[in-house]
Amino acid sequence: MSAITEEVVDSASIAAASTKRKSLWLVAIRNPNVIFGGIILLGMVLIALLAPFLGTVDPTRIDPAARNKKPGTEITMRLDDGTTVKRVAIMGTDSLGRDVYSRVLYGTRVSLAVGISVALVAIAIGVVIGLVSGYVRWADGIIMRIMDGLMAIPGILLAIALVSIWRAGLITVVFAIVVPDVPRVVRLVRSIVLTVREEPYVEGAISVGTPTWTLMFRHILPNTIAPLIVQGTFLAAAAILTEAALSFLGIGIPPEIPSWGNIMAEGRTLFRVFPHNILYPGIFLALTVLAINIMGDGLRDTLDPKMSKKV
Amino acid sequence: MSTAAKKPVLEVRNLSVALPAGGDRVHAVEKVNFTVNPGEIVCLVGESGSGKSVIAFTVMGLLAKALKPTSGEILLEGENILTADETRLRELRCTRMSMIFQEPMTALNPVMTCGEQIDEVLRTHTKLDSAQRKAKIIAILARVKLPEPERIYASYPHQLSGGQRQRIMIAMALVLDPVLLIADEPTTALDVTTQAEILKLIAELQHGQGTGVLFITHDFGVVAEIAHRVAVLRWGELVEMGPTEQILSKPVQAYTKMLISSVPSIHPAHRGGRKDGETVLRTEKLGKTYAGSGFFQKARVVKAAVDVDLDIRRGETLGIVGESGSGKSTVARCIARLIDPTDGKVFLGDTEIGKISAGKLRPHRRRVQIVFQDPYRSLNPRITVGDSIIEGPMNFGLSRDEAMARARKLMETVRLDPNALDRFPHQFSGGQRQRICIARALAMEPELLIADEAVSALDVSVQKQVLELLDEIRRRLNLAVLFITHDLRVAAQICDNVAVMSQGRVVEYGAAEQVFEHPKHDYTKSLFAAAPGRNWEFGKFAAA
Repeated sequence: MSAITEEVVDSASIAAASTKRKSLWLVAIRNPNVIFGGIILLGMVLIALLAPFLGTVDPTRIDPAARNKKPGTEITMRLDDGTTVKRVAIMGTDSLGRDVYSRVLYGTRVSLAVGISVALVAIAIGVVIGLVSGYVRWADGIIMRIMDGLMAIPGILLAIALVSIWRAGLITVVFAIVVPDVPRVVRLVRSIVLTVREEPYVEGAISVGTPTWTLMFRHILPNTIAPLIVQGTFLAAAAILTEAALSFLGIGIPPEIPSWGNIMAEGRTLFRVFPHNILYPGIFLALTVLAINIMGDGLRDTLDPKMSKKV
Repeated sequence: MSTAAKKPVLEVRNLSVALPAGGDRVHAVEKVNFTVNPGEIVCLVGESGSGKSVIAFTVMGLLAKALKPTSGEILLEGENILTADETRLRELRCTRMSMIFQEPMTALNPVMTCGEQIDEVLRTHTKLDSAQRKAKIIAILARVKLPEPERIYASYPHQLSGGQRQRIMIAMALVLDPVLLIADEPTTALDVTTQAEILKLIAELQHGQGTGVLFITHDFGVVAEIAHRVAVLRWGELVEMGPTEQILSKPVQAYTKMLISSVPSIHPAHRGGRKDGETVLRTEKLGKTYAGSGFFQKARVVKAAVDVDLDIRRGETLGIVGESGSGKSTVARCIARLIDPTDGKVFLGDTEIGKISAGKLRPHRRRVQIVFQDPYRSLNPRITVGDSIIEGPMNFGLSRDEAMARARKLMETVRLDPNALDRFPHQFSGGQRQRICIARALAMEPELLIADEAVSALDVSVQKQVLELLDEIRRRLNLAVLFITHDLRVAAQICDNVAVMSQGRVVEYGAAEQVFEHPKHDYTKSLFAAAPGRNWEFGKFAAA
């Protein structure tokens, strides 16, 4: 029996071991990819929030006297009270004389709103369906066949159909992008639930009589958070691109609201003479999507080591 | 040993290997010296983390980049391997030294036939033409006693059993007659009867050829079975080395003594267990059939357990022993209702729980608790061990404070510091975690405790402590214990009654003394005959 008593653990020896495992979140925010992508993204968020204070004018304001000006041209603006102001159109103006700089900055709002809401809505719906599908065995087959069906619908075609039924608008666009994205989240969550439910600690919880809901939310769901954050970044990036494509085709955000896709669509006809109409929103679009993807890569490497190439 | 006059095939001198900064110690291996002579089997034995595999990988030049040999030399027939470049090492591997690994399932390439994989060795290292190579491969397959070498040559690894795959690995290792064979736990993943065959094969082959073997194991039974000389390692240092007989029966160092005396005896301890307790659990013709629901093909039916009749009384330990796939865990999981039995009845006291619905089962969940094999996966890594322990009692209506008070008492019962309740599982060692799992099970105040291979993942010294703890708890709380194990030695020490399972059926069932000393069924007999080191009585040196 003496062998056992020697083994009594004093708290000091356990505490010493605790330094071995750092919080994953601390590791994640030190990852260079996460930092790089995060800084650009933070800049975009600030631009979206502070758009009115960054030297912009009303992005929908039409000025027939200042149509198709190249970047850097000085424009005389006549305000509503009759006075005139001179300002430099940094990014030029479009064929209706609207200030491209203001439109691009305000367009950030639409893109980020679409990206974030698509990711959140798709994850919210996908987690619930995925949990049920992974845990309730008889429902699994039915749910997954429906999900396979949804996944087969191309987002752009669905948007065209929806716009013809409803009106073009932010909600229609978000809905059209979310529908084919939900199955991706469902599959991810389901696969994690299927693995985790076989873990001995989950079986241990079952055998101490833990109710199913507690089991799901306390023992199973936390395992999905890190992969979902990673998946969420990629969904957001793809959604921003799809929104731009829809708007460019004229079936997304209504043309009076400035979004990067709309601005590019508007500048398409005069692209050869005035490329700035497409160039600047294009740069913003590329930069945002790149930043989100780089951050997603970094998060995946740190939060979800199984998916990353590094061991 | 007559080999002493010959030059050793392997000489390890003063070898040290550094661990990366931030490890739990500075050196993985420190100042280790030993030799392997031709025709000799040297066993490196030690618990997990003792550095035995690091030595094997250093000799093969397969060490992970993070580990660096810092001093010493490794002489293979006089040639220093530590200073050899990659080209030279590649020439030496398989021709002069070979290695076989623990997992025969993953050590072979699944998309190449076994013959092609051995052929690759010959193509790399010899100038034989294809007919000569094929003849040589067929010959070596016959020598490792694989039936129908021609058919095996064309078989893919998944078509062979674990034991056959390990024979392929041995054939591949020995096809070019190396002077040194390194075997890194080659039988650990195998069943005991297969293990016995492989050990016999290795001994025969090396004897016939005069190969020196460096055999790495944690199992003293295997050591007793196969070794000529033994080196005991602890925390990277060589504690003691000598002829097998001397180390096993007259060890000098305290650590060696402790380690060897921790090995459970295969002869059942005569436990004066009471036979009059009330019956806690009784199964009647319990069965579990898995039927794959084939939509397009014929459904596959697997009978995991058939007609299992068991009963356990209060204060009694029933052991179920058997090889992998014998259905012992299936029975345990049916009784704990982690899976639903398809046939028969499970009586807990007077209540039949095998078929009742999940809702009606809930109040009875408390009465049966289970401790699992893998201590690293049995606790939710995201919540504190305290929260894990009180989860059950709180499910059954205890307040958090009451449950916490109970958890503190239980931590003392399992000999852990109650103040450690707010720590997370990763802060505990494997043995400590297993104690926490026992505490979690006990928190429910169960009538039946199921231990499903609960000590199999633990080192032998820790295993001994956990076994003693389990037995003490059984005695103190007058618990019924169902103990599932593949390890006959463990079963001999802890069980009052033993059920031997094979292919889903109980083939022999009776008091431990009777089953162990006078087995009746052929399968039981073959199982005991295969137990490594069965003729050794470990730890009887204390009196000498």
